Amino acid sequence: MTDLKELERDLISQVETAGDEAAVESVRVSALGKKGSVSELLKTLGAMTPEERKERGPLINGLRDRVQGAIAARKEVLAEAALDARLAAERVDVTLPVQEGPETRGRIHPISQVIEELSAIFADMGFSVADGPDIETDYLNFTALNFPEGHPAREMHDTFFLAPDEKGERKVLRTHTSPVQIRTMMSQKPPIRVVIPGRTYRHDSDQTHTPMFHQVEGLVIDKQANIAHMKWVLEEFCKAFFEVDQVKMRFRPSFFPFTEPSAEVDIQCSRKGGEIRFGEGEDWLEILGCGMVHPNVLRNCGLDPDEYQGFAWGMGIDRIAMLKYGMPDLRPFFEADVRWLNHYGFRPLDIPSLVSGLTS
Amino acid sequence: MKFTLSWLKDHLDTSASLDEIVETLTRIGLEVEGVEDKAKSLAPYKVAYVISAEQHPNADRLRVCMVDTGEGAPIQVVCGAPNARTGMKSVFAPPGTYIPGKNITLGVGTIRGVESAGMLCSAAELEISDDHDGIIDLPADAPVGQAYAAYARLDDPVIEINLTPNRPDCTSIHGIARDLAAAGLGTLKGDAVPPVSGKGASPVSVTLDFAPGDEKLCPAFALRLVRGVKNGPSPEWMQRRLLSIGLRPINALVDITNYMTFDRGRPLHVFDAKKVKGNLTVRRAKDGEEVLALDGRTYRLDPGNVVIADEDGVESIAGIMGGEHSGCDENTTDVLIESALWDPLNIAQSGRRLGIITDARYRFERGVDPAFTVPGLDLATKMVMDLCGGEASEAIVAGQVPETRRVIAFPWSEVPRLSGLDVQPMESKQILEKLGFRIEGEGKSISVIPPSWRPDIEGKADLVEEVIRIAGVDRIAPQPMPRLEAAVAKPILTLIQKRTVLARRGLAVRGLVEAVTWSFIAKSEAELFGGGDGRLALANPIAADLSDMRPSLLPGLMKAAQRNADRGFGDVALFEVGQTFASDEPEGQAIKAAAVRRGTARAEGVGRHWNGGASSVDVFDAKADAMSLLATLGIPAGGLQVVAGGPSWFHPGRSGTLQFGPKNVVGAFGEVHPKILKALDLKGPLVAFEINLNALPPPKAKPTKMKAKLTLPDFQPISRDFAFVVGRDVAAGDIVKFAQGAERQLITGVNVFDVYEGPGIDEGKKSVAIAVTLQPTEKTLTDAEIEAVSAKIVAEVGKKTGAVLRS
Repeated sequence: MTDLKELERDLISQVETAGDEAAVESVRVSALGKKGSVSELLKTLGAMTPEERKERGPLINGLRDRVQGAIAARKEVLAEAALDARLAAERVDVTLPVQEGPETRGRIHPISQVIEELSAIFADMGFSVADGPDIETDYLNFTALNFPEGHPAREMHDTFFLAPDEKGERKVLRTHTSPVQIRTMMSQKPPIRVVIPGRTYRHDSDQTHTPMFHQVEGLVIDKQANIAHMKWVLEEFCKAFFEVDQVKMRFRPSFFPFTEPSAEVDIQCSRKGGEIRFGEGEDWLEILGCGMVHPNVLRNCGLDPDEYQGFAWGMGIDRIAMLKYGMPDLRPFFEADVRWLNHYGFRPLDIPSLVSGLTS
Repeated sequence: MKFTLSWLKDHLDTSASLDEIVETLTRIGLEVEGVEDKAKSLAPYKVAYVISAEQHPNADRLRVCMVDTGEGAPIQVVCGAPNARTGMKSVFAPPGTYIPGKNITLGVGTIRGVESAGMLCSAAELEISDDHDGIIDLPADAPVGQAYAAYARLDDPVIEINLTPNRPDCTSIHGIARDLAAAGLGTLKGDAVPPVSGKGASPVSVTLDFAPGDEKLCPAFALRLVRGVKNGPSPEWMQRRLLSIGLRPINALVDITNYMTFDRGRPLHVFDAKKVKGNLTVRRAKDGEEVLALDGRTYRLDPGNVVIADEDGVESIAGIMGGEHSGCDENTTDVLIESALWDPLNIAQSGRRLGIITDARYRFERGVDPAFTVPGLDLATKMVMDLCGGEASEAIVAGQVPETRRVIAFPWSEVPRLSGLDVQPMESKQILEKLGFRIEGEGKSISVIPPSWRPDIEGKADLVEEVIRIAGVDRIAPQPMPRLEAAVAKPILTLIQKRTVLARRGLAVRGLVEAVTWSFIAKSEAELFGGGDGRLALANPIAADLSDMRPSLLPGLMKAAQRNADRGFGDVALFEVGQTFASDEPEGQAIKAAAVRRGTARAEGVGRHWNGGASSVDVFDAKADAMSLLATLGIPAGGLQVVAGGPSWFHPGRSGTLQFGPKNVVGAFGEVHPKILKALDLKGPLVAFEINLNALPPPKAKPTKMKAKLTLPDFQPISRDFAFVVGRDVAAGDIVKFAQGAERQLITGVNVFDVYEGPGIDEGKKSVAIAVTLQPTEKTLTDAEIEAVSAKIVAEVGKKTGAVLRS
């Protein structure tokens, strides 16, 4: 009895003080191996009388089980410690910065972003997007749009000309996107609802003008479209584009050769601390020109002005971008300064939509 | 167009306030650009009496003045003006006044130890003249305490409107008054001009000398002589009005013509009759004829200009500017007054060519009221006789005042049809009549005869505009525009529009920043990038380096990258998706997508990094951008060929051409050629690509949106590596292609995982290692079958490229 207790105390103590897995293993061999102390004891059971066996058996087997259990427990403790040590050794400095990914470095130019924004809005109102060439004939840029030869309104356009051809006709860089109105009316039958974003050019360069800029033009032709509809379309557009619930707009009668009646449109805003807010305030900002398509323009496109009618408008894309996003100057739009582009540009996946909002 | 409030009230009987007038002008289409109201801006300035002006105790140049401002106790003011003296009258500004000429607001201060509570002012400080030699010195009878603006009659507000080119009638104050009267702001005055009956025939006759067909250049020319005038300064009221709108008074005769130009929109000319030799002839100028004009400059004329000549030659450039020789001065006693009509187009072109901008040209090129030719002459004659005395001859009229009468059939329903506003016929009629239109007939459709001063009115739409601009555009309530179809909106973008949008997003996701650069570049740059065609050169470029329409987006992007580098941002990656021009026809315009990467601006990362990086961009960065763009656009890679070498702006050995067959090149990529770097003054490393989006194949039309059936094999793919030694010039792409071709069914992927040149490989050779993926579909491959495929690959690549397996 005493021997067994002593042996157990001795073995358990050896297990518990074993410093590594090898030491545990050597204890196991010395106890439970073929010639181990416990194994030897187990072997003695065979030679015992049933009575003796009945008494000694549980004692020896119990000893074996406890030693085995101690060994397994010790092994687990040691494995845990080893893992901890390994993990401690594998530690890295997670405060080290990672490379910025390309998907956050890239930028979309505000002009492209705004074109997508306004396309989304007008698509919802049933407009499609038309485009046309930047190099236009004098006829499509002026004459067809009811700019008579020599009319002072032509002079106001500061036109870029290309060299005259063999017939003496010189093409122009379109001074507005309006020639695409003519192209559209010549190539498709009413009802027509298009918007025309694009590059336009005027021979003008100062703080607020660049020789190249962007316009978006709209055209509606059917048998009913009138100024009341035009006001609705433009008001809805402005609310959606500037993402405000209300806008107040002022239609001032004006003159464009290709519309009659014509109006310039101001939008009410407040300017506090250099920030423009729409739908409030006392200031008026000119934002677009519009009007009913001139009967001569309809006739030039083969449409009878007593049967068909409609309206058109035009506004500066760069300008509405500046009003919405607060760029103070126009010139940097075309200077490709990455500091400006990083600041005013949009992230690659900032995709404007009416479902999720034009801006995030 | 500028005018003053009191001048307007000569033509408009109104009780409306300045604010109401200004607001109404803008509302009816005469946009007010600005109002200068000195009564308001100079309100604090009062006439004051200097009771005493004594030497400042501590400053030689200063005086201490006691000033009586007309109210309260005298005020002590320190004044530095040399003319400040006891007993003078001047203009005083109390503390709190803003001084425009100095851009300061006065406070109470102490100047060299003496308190000063206000300021005595110079004319320059009030910005009413440039005179800053001393304080304003007023006559002794100036009433102390009166507002200075009122005393000096500076209190007539000046209104400036931004006149649209279709409204020649509103180049006259009378015309503006008519519009305001129609808008309900009062009653128009002075519409009728009593005729002047002269005595005796004019001794000078006029001949209109034009070839047949040219008569329109001067349809009518009215002339009258006034004898025995006394010319001198015009009356003060006239001078003040002319000064208010920015005109310099000259003498009474000249001032009358200027006055009439603004008052009635009727430009006139006056000749000193004694300096005119013989009779007048109106004709085209002869080539090379010269005239010294009233602006002191000599103009060389050609037959495009119309002139008024006497026996000695040109005396005046018709409708634009008179000649110096026969101009009127204080010695003029006999004056010829001209009231003529000129062809608007000719005046516009003539004036533009000569570079002369005058108030006369401004009106004639827009269209002066023909019917007012003779009344205008009569009105001017009367003014001349009123102001200068003299006796008028009868008027002569050469040519004939053209008939402007035209009738527009106008159904009243046209107003609601175009405007959406249901203006009642009665209101429309009133508006039109007040604007001078005559209405004939009754019922639903009437006849409208526009007045002679409205050449802009052509048809029904113009009449609708007249009605609604006066009735008020703000009365039109917005009305929702119904959808064309009661259906879910259909997609609207065309293929190229979609590809443009997608290309931008796809390139931005690769870390590229979108730029928008000029559509025009320098001719030399255009030539370097395959352009420079004379038909794409601007006749009037805004700058020499913005002269030609760009054949490529690359020069603009490359220069932009360099500008950023020059500012200290050398690792820059830019792209643009925009138009390029191969000809001046619409078909010559194409949308291209291009990008440049400079320095270390690679997609994976930019600049130095603890984890590696900082390697310079190379041709493969550009290729990766190009291939990524094609994949983003869903262009099937199947038919795409990457051919070594590219256009001349790329490094010949480090560039590639992207094509679907040799006749369908869609783009190129590469390292920028050193010669281009030099020519454009750029520093590398710089790589770029450009793809013509218009040249890319459209997607195949399919009857449904179903994707191809997916079959997933039941067997694992296996991979085998092969290291080939081949000649240095063998393209890796070919090795991939031939390996792939060895067993088309089984081989699903070939990847180059190592390229090596150096020790262990013979000179002129390289090792290219590929991993080939085999995907069995029917059964697991046996070793023998794998061996057979491997042998086939080795044989095929070996046969086509001379490659041998590396030992």
